[in-house]
Amino acid sequence: MYSTSYHRASSVADAVKLLKKAEDGKFVSGGMTLIPAMKTRLAAPSDLVDLRHIAELKGIRISGKNVTIGAGTTHAEVAANDKLASVCHAIVHMASHIGDPHVRHLGTLGGSIANNDPAADYPAATVALGATIVTNKREIAAEKFFTGLFETALKDDEIVTGVTFTAPAKCGYEKFRNPASRYAMAGVFVAKGKDGVKVAVTGAGEDGVFRSREIEAALTKKFEPSALEGMTVPSKNLMSDLHASADYRANLVVVMAKRAVAAANA
Amino acid sequence: MGVEGIGARVARKEDKRFITGSGRYVDDMVVPGMKHAAFVRSPHAHADVKKIDTKAAEAMPGVIAVLTGKQLKADGIGNLICGWMVHSKDGTPMKMGAWSPLAVDRVRYVGDAVAIVVAETRGQARDAAEAVEVTYKERKAVTSAVDALKKGAPQLHPEADGNLIYDWELGDRAATEAAIANAAHVTKMHIVNNRLVPNAMEPRAALGHYDKAEDHYTCWTTSQNPHVARLVMSAFYNVAPENKLRVIAPDVGGGFGSKIFIYPEEIVCLWASKKAGVPVKWVADRTESFLTDAHGRDHVTEVELAFDDKHRMIGLKVDTIANFGAYMSLFSSSVPTYLYATLLSGQYAISAIHANVRAVYTNTAPVDAYRGAGRPEATYLLERVVETAARELGVSPAELRRKNFIREFPYQTPVIMAYDAGDYEASLEAAMKAADYAGFEKRREKAKKAGKLRGIGMSCYIEACGIAPSAAVGSLGAGVGLWESAEVRVNAVGTIEVLTGSHSHGQGHETTFSQLVSDRFGVPIDSVSIVHGDTDKVQMGMGTYGSRSGAVGMSAIVKALDKVEAKAKKIAAHLMEADEGDIVIENGECKVAGTDKSVPWFQLALAAYTAHNLPGGMEPGLKEGAFYDPTNFTFPAGCYICEVEVDPDTGVTEIVQFVAADDFGNIINPMIVEGQVHGGIAQGIGQALLEGTSYDPASGQLLTASYMDYTMPRADDLPSFSVSHQNTPCPGNPLGIKGCGEAGAIGSPPAVINAITNAIGNNDLTMPATPQTVWKALHAATKH
Repeated sequence: MYSTSYHRASSVADAVKLLKKAEDGKFVSGGMTLIPAMKTRLAAPSDLVDLRHIAELKGIRISGKNVTIGAGTTHAEVAANDKLASVCHAIVHMASHIGDPHVRHLGTLGGSIANNDPAADYPAATVALGATIVTNKREIAAEKFFTGLFETALKDDEIVTGVTFTAPAKCGYEKFRNPASRYAMAGVFVAKGKDGVKVAVTGAGEDGVFRSREIEAALTKKFEPSALEGMTVPSKNLMSDLHASADYRANLVVVMAKRAVAAANA
Repeated sequence: MGVEGIGARVARKEDKRFITGSGRYVDDMVVPGMKHAAFVRSPHAHADVKKIDTKAAEAMPGVIAVLTGKQLKADGIGNLICGWMVHSKDGTPMKMGAWSPLAVDRVRYVGDAVAIVVAETRGQARDAAEAVEVTYKERKAVTSAVDALKKGAPQLHPEADGNLIYDWELGDRAATEAAIANAAHVTKMHIVNNRLVPNAMEPRAALGHYDKAEDHYTCWTTSQNPHVARLVMSAFYNVAPENKLRVIAPDVGGGFGSKIFIYPEEIVCLWASKKAGVPVKWVADRTESFLTDAHGRDHVTEVELAFDDKHRMIGLKVDTIANFGAYMSLFSSSVPTYLYATLLSGQYAISAIHANVRAVYTNTAPVDAYRGAGRPEATYLLERVVETAARELGVSPAELRRKNFIREFPYQTPVIMAYDAGDYEASLEAAMKAADYAGFEKRREKAKKAGKLRGIGMSCYIEACGIAPSAAVGSLGAGVGLWESAEVRVNAVGTIEVLTGSHSHGQGHETTFSQLVSDRFGVPIDSVSIVHGDTDKVQMGMGTYGSRSGAVGMSAIVKALDKVEAKAKKIAAHLMEADEGDIVIENGECKVAGTDKSVPWFQLALAAYTAHNLPGGMEPGLKEGAFYDPTNFTFPAGCYICEVEVDPDTGVTEIVQFVAADDFGNIINPMIVEGQVHGGIAQGIGQALLEGTSYDPASGQLLTASYMDYTMPRADDLPSFSVSHQNTPCPGNPLGIKGCGEAGAIGSPPAVINAITNAIGNNDLTMPATPQTVWKALHAATKH
């Protein structure tokens, strides 16, 4: 790692100010991707502005079916929230399967979506849930938020403050892990709500998270695993690497979708 | 047996410091004035070094010295060597290309070191290493050994035409070919043994300290054999004469073979310490470990196994290409020859065997011994082809093996080895019983109903440990003898120090070696200390590898204990005015048998050192040394059975049962032996299911250079193992032990792959059998 200066921001405004002062600064909120990249010298920010200790970014608020999760909430906090589990079990299940216990206690919702790692879990959840990403400047629909590999609609000094969504009637998430990194190689979040069926896929797409219209169409007819029996999805635009070819990923997307639907109906 | 003697499940003495984080490793060592090093490494797999400009780096903060290969050569530092001479079948010696500790004109793999930077801090050294400007002219690279042999392939070393290091053979080609021509059935296979990265928990490290006042060097290094390191560094690399070089290998966090070899970094740190006038420490990071630790395996083989009409094995023909990487590492030449082809008879009476092995340079990390070294490659080959033959012949895999087992000992194989003892049927029976082999079909049916494909596979391995009789290995080309040494020092108040040439880097020697002493004199193991890993403290020794510390290292201790016991009895007899033959030593006392006369052990020791009343002419003291040279290899063997369930939707393999039935001869500490078996099986399952090393064929970049892409086995990848021991004591050493350190890694991969191919109905499966690989093989099978 190159030497870097660490700053702990006390508020969102303070964070913006600290970043502005830095020569080549970066926000960090868990650092589950950024810190390993810095350790291997692939990233070299002059300053790190840590958002994890900002009180206003913390916490989960639930009112009826409406959920707001603060950007600074750790995966472990989401995973352990019983009230959230009773409203939207799938997101709790998803958070409880991110990385390992160390990652879940350091990594945050805001860090995950702002980084938009193509194999991160939260992008699939937010897209399928039709969530709104709230920043210190505006509100962005999740589907518009994720714009490509490690790219989002965020401006340089824009900070994700939270995510809001209305829990759907049914939802489920299943992922197939990369055997080495244990990141999602294909993660599928299915949701059936008042806007119909939404299916978001992470870990598989060349441009990051995407909606599978084919699976959505099939599940709209019948929200059952059997609706996907014998189905294939195109492997075009899917990632191909050492661990999984695009064809294998296409297969995994359907298999994980089936299992996610089964979980949603359970 | 006493509570802490031979055969007792004594908790490991060393574990307290290891599991509380108070072990002392090379990186824990601090010398006054010590500075830190970083190596400048080639980003190219193959390139000419045109120019190295160190000016910018020298001007960086904290930089003390930037040194290159030219300076190293000018100071007369020698090239790295391979210490085992192998001759090609045409009689010519192996073709060893030059390996300079710092590359001068050419780099041959990604990670090849070209310069060292010494700075005040590790961070400064790394920053400056990036500022060293090396001008490369890239050459075409080749990473596959098969490709490297092809006409027109990039050439690595002028010494090795066509990248061929040797073309070696063993056995009777004519007899084997005749057997195949006349066979009732021949099973042919193409077998790939995947390259592995060792991944010791502690990365390699070195601390070189040149003491100007004494004109003396000390090297702390992560070594499995510090004395051999000293010998080689002084005899071949010209670092310093042996009496002016002390090598210390303190606590070492795992080696698995990869820390046997002498690497460039420790030589360069010693040299740089003198050059820069400061002690120099280097610790590899994980990426450097992936790139530069000697890798293991990497064979491509064509095999034919011939049977007569009674299903007896009559001929085995093996043609192997072994990838050696960019340079010949210290023992690389012996691995695919004398540690591989000599084991190709397995547990079977095969009348004719012929093996041809070509060793090949490629633009990859050097390849050398890794847990099992040659024997896993032999076992995987043989046990896959035997299982496949059983399927082709339509007979049970167990029956086919039984029919061909060697049953009379000693048994001379057609490939050098003479097996001394064994009972292969006993291990097969034990494993089949433990696995409920007979009930498998029922379990398969049940799994099918749950949508899973269940399969079962076995592997009957044999290996050769305790390497080895010095004269024998000398005649085969080894540059060293493979005996072991020990000194037993009884202190003046009866506590005991054992100085051993073996080296513990996870094996638990501090416990098992103490148990030997406890067993002999009835003293508690806490009063026994094991001293190892320091050339200034311990007499010359050969170190730990090849599962040799039990069979060879402990045998040396036994010999030294015999001498101590004999002298102690003489003193005791003299003190108690009894006959020497009537003295027994037990429970910490020297007694006269059949009387109530006794002398406590500590008093006897004191008497030896006060020397007030010793038998006439006896020298004072109670301290004896011994060297033990084994009379043969030892031959652990066993049967492993693996049962898997494959998820046809995803290709995920779950190991639902793994049974190991091993014959290690006599056992000193069953708990430690089981731990060794568990660890070995974990590594074997790692090779079979998870660990694949991948170089980009065009650029020669290592694609699996971190844990993001290289899959190490984790606890949840492994089942709970069922382990049992059968025992045919080894007749060749005083303790009757054979060695257990490598068996798990040797026996398990074919059992796993045989189980998966059984489950999916497609025998065309390569390691690692990742979910994608299995899914594709299953897909291919269902398409037919």
